[in-house]
Amino acid sequence: MKGLWAITKKEIKTYLTSPIAYVLIAVFLLISGYFFYNMIWWFNSQSIAMSRNPYYMRQLNINRFVYEPLFHNISVILLLIFPLLTMRLFAEEKRTGTEELLYTSSVTNTEIVLGKFLGATFVLFVMLLLTGVYAVFGYLYSSPETIPLLMGYLGLFLMGIAFIGIGLFFSSITESQVVAASLSFGMLLLLWVLSWSGQAAGPSLKPILNYLSFFEHFKDMPRGVLNLTDLVYYLSVTYFFLFLTQSYLESRRWR
Amino acid sequence: MIEVNNLTRKYGEKVAVNNISFSVEKGKIWGFLGPNGAGKTTTMRILTGYLPPTEGSAKVAGFDITKEPLKAKKHIGYLPEIPPLYNEMTVKGYISFVAELKGVSGKERKTAVGQAIEKAGLSAVAGRLIKNLSKGYRQRVGIAQAIVNNPDILILDEPTIGLDPAQIIEIRELIKSLRGEHTVILSTHILPEVTQTCDGVVIINEGQLRASGPLEEIQKKFSEENGIYLETEPEISEDELKGVDGIKDVLKSGNGYKLFWEDEEKGTKFLNEFIRSKSLNIKEWKRLSSTLEDIYLKIVASDKGGVK
Repeated sequence: MKGLWAITKKEIKTYLTSPIAYVLIAVFLLISGYFFYNMIWWFNSQSIAMSRNPYYMRQLNINRFVYEPLFHNISVILLLIFPLLTMRLFAEEKRTGTEELLYTSSVTNTEIVLGKFLGATFVLFVMLLLTGVYAVFGYLYSSPETIPLLMGYLGLFLMGIAFIGIGLFFSSITESQVVAASLSFGMLLLLWVLSWSGQAAGPSLKPILNYLSFFEHFKDMPRGVLNLTDLVYYLSVTYFFLFLTQSYLESRRWR
Repeated sequence: MIEVNNLTRKYGEKVAVNNISFSVEKGKIWGFLGPNGAGKTTTMRILTGYLPPTEGSAKVAGFDITKEPLKAKKHIGYLPEIPPLYNEMTVKGYISFVAELKGVSGKERKTAVGQAIEKAGLSAVAGRLIKNLSKGYRQRVGIAQAIVNNPDILILDEPTIGLDPAQIIEIRELIKSLRGEHTVILSTHILPEVTQTCDGVVIINEGQLRASGPLEEIQKKFSEENGIYLETEPEISEDELKGVDGIKDVLKSGNGYKLFWEDEEKGTKFLNEFIRSKSLNIKEWKRLSSTLEDIYLKIVASDKGGVK
């Protein structure tokens, strides 16, 4: 497990010393901040407009009208950004030949895959942590419910690690970062839009497509509901792609 | 230390390495010779566990590289043809990362990193980013990472390629200084490098082993000239030498003679007796041999000529 720790640390350091992570985090915060500002502004104006009607006032809930859509927007931004964050993980090592160092050291493939996964997960964690500002803002000027907020973050985190798993796999099969990013972006988009075609797919296919869709499983979380199937879905997608990456590395050496 | 048995590696239909066997003793430096595409890099990649063999086996430090890869890899330091460097790291940070990757524990790591940096002559640039280093320094960083875990076996793929003459000499000296403690295999196509630094040699061409063994043995085996060069004080005449039993032919060469044996054992005995009887001083007595370059060219050329 020493090798795992060494690789995780190296990945984190690489993210911290190269501009990629900073640029992506900045873009992420800019866009998500823009959404948050707009939603808060809209919520605020609605509150003022409805302040004379107690019935409508009771309907106005900051979790439902600000944080829930915000979490959905953030999940889409993550989908757009994560292929760019994960594309270099294996592709770059292949192109520069540093993979030869990794594979001839006394570390296992599993340690290499997990180390890289944890490195990228660190960036995800930092991103989500920084968006905590939006929650703090809510607590300062309103009184949002805590559980749906935390569940929303849990959902984003779970979705994020699944994105990383997919990105990691596509990075491992090519030495071109652009190809890696395109493939994982395509895969993520596909998993996003699957449920759309579910509407037209007929009764037998619809539940399957819905089950496979990324965002169907995210829906309930910002409302404070944690379904076991959702949890299992994200964890198994992550595990599946990490396993696929590891198997690919293993087979590559034997070809 | 290194034992290679019937090693074969195919890439699809193409056979890169074909049924190679050789072994290297502990503490020696062995040169790996062959033209481009001969299979040198492939063999080295198999020895380091980067590629598996299609057939055959390789034992490194007593461990089979395919059956116990992690144990074997602990004893290996490897410099690939292109040094595996992370440009965004500092020299020290990089060497420290490699040490950690190779399982050098926390306490020893600092000393190990310091020693590797010193041995490779990198002290002056230890804090610099690798991307800002010149090619010679990058090569040194590559060597430093290979020796950081103090491996029993060092495998260096063309360690002096692309360096200027002064750098080549420096790296060569560095490799020589590793003799004894480490067993070294280095690949090259600079032949004087092998004569100057190596104890033994493996010559491969088109994936096949053409010759392997200690340098002297190879030179003896492949020498066309079975004889000696003799220089004495005072000089003797050609006719006198021709009269010695066991000597086939005598040729004047510089201040001495080239003597060719009819029968080496007999010739040596009678020549010694003859020198003693004449009370001559021997100024030089050395075996005539082809240079490694002659041998190498002969082997490679014979393959090209279709002699198979």
